[in-house]
Amino acid sequence: MGTINISKKYTAKQKSYIPAILVGMKITMKRFIQGFFFRKHDTIMYPEVRRKYSDRFRGMHFISVDPAKTENCTACFLCETICPAQCIHIVADERDEDENPYGVKKEKKPVSFDIDALRCCFCGFCEEACPKDAIKLSGNYELAVSSREEAFYDLDHLKRPMNGRNEK
Amino acid sequence: MFDLAMMMAKILVILGCTLGVVPFLVWFERRGAAWMQGRVGPNRVGPFGLLQSLADVLKFMFKETFVPAKANKFFYLMAPIIALIAPMCALSVIPFGSKVIVNGQEVFLQIAQMDTGVIFILAFAGLEVYPIILAGWSSRNKYSVLGALRGSSQIVSYEISMGLALLSMLIVFGSFNPYDMVAWQKETLFGFLPRWGAFVNPFGALVFWIATFAETNRLPFDLPEGESELVAGYHVEYGGMKFAAFFMAEYVAMIMASSLLVTLFFGGFNMFPGMGMLVDLVVNQFQFGAVGLQNTTAFFEFASFFTKVAFFMFVMIWIRWTLPRFRFDQLMDLGWKVLFPLSLINLVVVTIGVYYFNS
Repeated sequence: MGTINISKKYTAKQKSYIPAILVGMKITMKRFIQGFFFRKHDTIMYPEVRRKYSDRFRGMHFISVDPAKTENCTACFLCETICPAQCIHIVADERDEDENPYGVKKEKKPVSFDIDALRCCFCGFCEEACPKDAIKLSGNYELAVSSREEAFYDLDHLKRPMNGRNEK
Repeated sequence: MFDLAMMMAKILVILGCTLGVVPFLVWFERRGAAWMQGRVGPNRVGPFGLLQSLADVLKFMFKETFVPAKANKFFYLMAPIIALIAPMCALSVIPFGSKVIVNGQEVFLQIAQMDTGVIFILAFAGLEVYPIILAGWSSRNKYSVLGALRGSSQIVSYEISMGLALLSMLIVFGSFNPYDMVAWQKETLFGFLPRWGAFVNPFGALVFWIATFAETNRLPFDLPEGESELVAGYHVEYGGMKFAAFFMAEYVAMIMASSLLVTLFFGGFNMFPGMGMLVDLVVNQFQFGAVGLQNTTAFFEFASFFTKVAFFMFVMIWIRWTLPRFRFDQLMDLGWKVLFPLSLINLVVVTIGVYYFNS
């Protein structure tokens, strides 16, 4: 056994560097011409041009609402229970009779529904667990905030007008 | 009075060209890098992002003048000044055209006409190591001291091969005066090839070219400021306009090195083959006399000098984004074990050749 020496002897051509340098320069020149004359770039001009992500992309949360701005959530705590990061905090209360959308009987409502987006791992389990299709993850990936407080999504923020799951 | 005015005009032209071209070079460096790497690069400020450097300078201007508490303030502030001034002084002996005729008097297009021109250039090129040492040592930072040590040992080891390559050219030209050197390169070899230094002494040209990369601390020899190892190397403690001075100094040094390379090895301000016809065309078109002919020639000479320097600047940027940085021992190996013997052998060969041809 022992060590096996797999290193090769360099040829004079390899040792002189120059052919290898020329090959490298050819490649960079090709890329330069592509970028300069043909405007071929691998990157995009981000705020103006946006990448198309999959429809299944899981971004900023929202709670779907009916036309009367009543949330579909019935405060069943399924999402809070399944959440692996334990970032959902719900306080439930009784719902008034006349608040019920379309006469469907809903007995509970969330008084507060907080998501700590700093803890959230965007696994989407809450979306799957929800029996009312209330909590959903949108395609919005611009989650940057300037203070920690803004990363705690409350009910007002989650009930923002959204036109379906894939609105950015 | 006339001499003074002409001298001022020449200094203005050289300073204006050099410092005016720096923002464009910085822009091109960044944009060119982006193109070579398949990116877009800075393109927001002004057309094609051309004003990006101006925006940067504005930002540098409004930064706080910060001096580290334990730094040696005098040397700390002096380093960027030397860094900027040394290559600019060296530019003053580079001829950028033969001569123009103003008011019936001949004006040579070279700021300082001296017979010891090359020695002058070498002296100021040698000064380029001082700002690195001063900046690295005076800012009291381990990284900057390491960068300064690397820079000084690198420049010392490459200056020898550079000097030997230069010496071989001095033997060929038989003169220290850059103006005479350019005049020597005006002839043709075998009737078609311009008698440029690079065709007479190709090995010398190659060694000198590689040494200029090391002299200007450009990649693949940018060990004094190796970002991944030394944060920013010798200028790690510099911010705001002082950093900008170092940054500009790098580009001025690049311009100086390229123009020296062009003057010694690529025919200086001599026109490209076939450009004489263009001069004839212009002169015949506008019915210029002898004065007009000389001035048109000077203009085209300046244009071809500019083009040559621009080409070598482009190659410097091109190389920078092609090659990775050398390891330090590889750098020393290349300097002492390859370039130094190669330039010595070349010097001997050139000396014998010149003796043979001249006798």
